[in-house]
Amino acid sequence: MSATVERGVNALREQVDAPVASFFSSCVSCGLCADACIFFQETQDPQYTPIRKVELLRRVWENEYTLFGRVKNMVGLGNRITEEDFTEMEQLVYDSCTMCGRCTMVCPVGNDITMMIRKMREGMSAAGHAPVELIGAAKRHTTGNSPMGDLSKAIEAQVKHAIADTGIEIAFDKPGVDYLVILSAQEIAEYPEVIGAMAQIFDKAGVTWTIASEAFEATNVGVQIGNRDVAKYLVTRVVEAAEKLKVKKVISPECGHAYQALRWEGPNLIGREYGFEVVHIIELLDQLRAEGKLKTSGKDSDKITFHDPCQINRRGGINKEPRRLLNMVAENFVETEDAGTMNWCCSAGGGVGANERAGHLKDAAFQLKKRQFEKVAPDKIVTMCAFCHHTLENALEDNDMDIEVAGLTEMMAEYLEDED
Amino acid sequence: MNNPNFDLLMFARGPLFDIALLVFVAGVLIRVVEILILGRKKDFSKAKGQPVQQGIKTIFTRTFPRPGAIKANPITIVGGYVFHIGFFIAFLLFVPHIALIEELTGLSWPGVGRVVIEGATVLAVIAGLALLYTRWKDPVRRKLTTWVDYLVLILSLLPLITGYVAVNKLFGDPTFMMALHVLSVDILMIVFPFTKLMHAFTFAMARYYNGSIQGRKGAES
Ligand code: SF4
Ligand code: SF4
Repeated sequence: MSATVERGVNALREQVDAPVASFFSSCVSCGLCADACIFFQETQDPQYTPIRKVELLRRVWENEYTLFGRVKNMVGLGNRITEEDFTEMEQLVYDSCTMCGRCTMVCPVGNDITMMIRKMREGMSAAGHAPVELIGAAKRHTTGNSPMGDLSKAIEAQVKHAIADTGIEIAFDKPGVDYLVILSAQEIAEYPEVIGAMAQIFDKAGVTWTIASEAFEATNVGVQIGNRDVAKYLVTRVVEAAEKLKVKKVISPECGHAYQALRWEGPNLIGREYGFEVVHIIELLDQLRAEGKLKTSGKDSDKITFHDPCQINRRGGINKEPRRLLNMVAENFVETEDAGTMNWCCSAGGGVGANERAGHLKDAAFQLKKRQFEKVAPDKIVTMCAFCHHTLENALEDNDMDIEVAGLTEMMAEYLEDED
Repeated sequence: MNNPNFDLLMFARGPLFDIALLVFVAGVLIRVVEILILGRKKDFSKAKGQPVQQGIKTIFTRTFPRPGAIKANPITIVGGYVFHIGFFIAFLLFVPHIALIEELTGLSWPGVGRVVIEGATVLAVIAGLALLYTRWKDPVRRKLTTWVDYLVLILSLLPLITGYVAVNKLFGDPTFMMALHVLSVDILMIVFPFTKLMHAFTFAMARYYNGSIQGRKGAES
């Protein structure tokens, strides 16, 4: 066994726990998970059946954690994992999976296949088989401050802009405030309007907040690539900044995987509870709405539909909140088919968007979204993840579809009630 | 008088049955313990929903497919239901079976009439054959299915078929057919712990874990 294969197998071995063992023991090969997967739906290629994407993890479990498998191994009938196996799995584990979570919802025996794909990626990256683009992003993020490179100048400039636009003071590193705002690189680089939008909403609601100059970026390529060490390192930055500033809560931005990484994986990566709470920006806005601190006036008369980011709704449990908010400001809100918990992925989550090799699969997957949007024929698509926003915008353009895409926070700010 | 069919029947329901039962019980126990001892790490994230309740709930709710699923996979889902329900009616509600279970465990319950048993058996066999067919025909299932999976499905149908033939004295020597019926059950019990048949026990664990993982985040499952 070569050193890289051994590292990969070791990493997979560490991932086996009771849930994984119960999932593999229960799989009846019914194939029902295939139809849940956007990549199978749009290619009809059986290799994209979700449970096939975790085959190496299954083999490690069978070889090493079952009595029967161990006996088979001892008499030389075991199924050794090779370098070629890892190579073959690359396009299944990374290119044709956005970790959207749909397969997990339909498996009749209850297998959380998506969670196992997350685990598979730990083995793949340890064996040196992660996509180069993700490895590059991880390097940029761990040595700098964002997966896109150094954004410290950009964030300063964008905050200055927001102050000039709104006339509201925004302070970096202000201790003792209630909330720490962190942003996604995509927002800073492409949709910085969200900063001004939050400033306006929070100003009206009396929410005190700050941005940490040492940890202003929330994305975590570690959870996409499947590297616990990278993931832990990046989460630790935010945790340290938040605990240093003694904030009560950290606001997870409009970014799907950042929410998974920060709120659900983070405490387990660092091995302890946080000294603060994590809320998603849309959860917070909905709470402010319920408390009467977020009031709007007027409504958008466009035909609007909503795109649920997988990591925030299906894998994150935030489903009703954006709908309650959107109904405050949209006159003509129409849902697409399967909207809500079973919404289809934007086609590029989970690292697929950055992975050039997966381009044709991403384009194929978007066709499903395209058909759904065509049925509703909206003027505008609202979402709550900057990366979904970015993906949809580009894909719509590539497909000659003239539909505007907007972030929900900005949209709420646009219709903020003007009392004075 | 020497009757080889009778001897075979006695062997199948005597020593072989005992061995099969032992393999079945010990095997299932080992498999279940093997899973449970792996445990899982403590989750430090602050729960938003109710992981335990949702885990238990999901054991039951996952029995029903999501809207649209039946239309996409009619044979697998409808066939799956009919096969499971038919199998368990024939297995657990046939009066002679109940008598046997009472002998082994002391537990007993009322059975149902022959018509119901035979109807359930026929439907379960038809459903099982349909499941075999879609496994062979559908490219997704075909690629997932191993020869052991085919074997297991066929082995699950044999007790139903042989039981039906023996009880109705359809053909062959009735004693011999009965011996075949018991033999098929013995074999099914022996292969059980080593195959996907294990899902009959582990599905509850899998569904529980799925529900509790999603439930912690306040997400549906
Ligand atoms: S849906 Fe579940 S049981 Fe069926 S093949 Fe997929 S993982 Fe296995
Ligand atoms: S998580 Fe989504 S993309 Fe990945 S295999 Fe499952 S259904 Fe397919």
